[in-house]
Amino acid sequence: MAGNGAVAHSPLGLLAELTHRCPLGCPYCSNPLALDARESELDTQTWARVFAEAAALGVLHVHLSGGEPGARRDLVAITQAAHAAGLYTNLITSAVGVTARRMQLLAEAGLDHVQISIQDSDAASADHIAGYDGAFLRKRTLAAAVVSLKIPLTVNAVVHRANIDRIADMVALALNLGASRIEIAHAQYYGWALKNRTALMPSAGQVRRAAAAVEELRRRHRGEIVIDAVVPDYYARLPKPCVGGWGRRSLNVTPAGKVLPCHAAESIPGLEFWSVRERALADIWANSPAFNAFRGTAWMQEPCRSCARREIDFGGCRCQAFAITGDARATDPVCHLAPRHDAVAALAAAQNDTPYAYRGIKAG
Amino acid sequence: MNETKSVIADDARPRLPRGVRLMRNEAQGGWVVLAPERVFKADAIAAEIIKRCTGETTFAAIVDDLAGAFSAPRDRIVADATALLRGLADKRLLEL
Repeated sequence: MAGNGAVAHSPLGLLAELTHRCPLGCPYCSNPLALDARESELDTQTWARVFAEAAALGVLHVHLSGGEPGARRDLVAITQAAHAAGLYTNLITSAVGVTARRMQLLAEAGLDHVQISIQDSDAASADHIAGYDGAFLRKRTLAAAVVSLKIPLTVNAVVHRANIDRIADMVALALNLGASRIEIAHAQYYGWALKNRTALMPSAGQVRRAAAAVEELRRRHRGEIVIDAVVPDYYARLPKPCVGGWGRRSLNVTPAGKVLPCHAAESIPGLEFWSVRERALADIWANSPAFNAFRGTAWMQEPCRSCARREIDFGGCRCQAFAITGDARATDPVCHLAPRHDAVAALAAAQNDTPYAYRGIKAG
Repeated sequence: MNETKSVIADDARPRLPRGVRLMRNEAQGGWVVLAPERVFKADAIAAEIIKRCTGETTFAAIVDDLAGAFSAPRDRIVADATALLRGLADKRLLEL
């Protein structure tokens, strides 16, 4: 039993944010507004140790992410270390900064899977959203390299008011690129996306049409491509079981080495995070105050505390509860039973087409 | 490619594509299939079926082997293996 009376399970997934540097400026970026600088990034050897400790802890998947992981010159060595530790390695990339040649070296290093983001099916719109001319074309080139190496490819499409009407085109693009899977991921309002919320928020009609389109596309392409999509938070009745429950299934290591229960956890004030620079991952997983803050159900308030779904959705997302209600222990206001559920409808109604605030620091 | 077939041909040689792995993991309590963004726990029977999907053995030979190893009726094995492998193939986790 962990400190707060909740059992610490074995984690399944590790999100390794290798760097916050990124050539793109997507306005829905999940990175925090205060980005880690290059000088503070963990070195190759420290990542290798973290992977070995993660595997010993039961972690199966490692997601090599960022920022743009391709901005790390030692990406091949890092991938090799993760593979050597016995982890399933997943590269999450924008495709800008990873050449076909480097992809071949990554394949030889044991890379299991690649996820390439697309910003839209339309090149001009995609480059506008990414804030980077020519990004769209790079994705096509890298996808071809991945497929020719027979590495399974997932396309990740973050959807929002500017592109949500083109889901069918994005699925067609993913098929054309040779992807076996596409994630239709609605922008999640943390970090930069929270800053750009009104400019990203889809209308209720758009969300309804998108859900119908996904159903139809799944039927049409069954066995051909897997389409993963969920209802966007602000239009849902039930909250998502965020990260499969706080401190239960996954952990996130920031570029500078802080270990977080989820990538947005630093947005909650007062949490104490421990670093892999000072402690072993198993110690952090079991004992760090941040991991134990919302583990299990003892921290819950009503209506979560007595809810039949308390161990299904774990009260939803702590970061979202804080962002909307100012109380990280509150029921996620997305839940129709939450006292502040009305606030979500009001926020969803606030939509406009103001220019994006693009995210900061570029790759260097 | 998108029609659903309920049977698997005797001469099909099922294999796990690159990016899909069956492995034992004691911390997670047994056999798991690792795939892009997914983990499936495999029970002992499923693991025995998937282990044999090497791309070299035919479906008929896999069924014969399992029927022998578990002294089970062949049609029962065909039904179980078909359901499992077809489900994996639909999720793009198996090549037939």
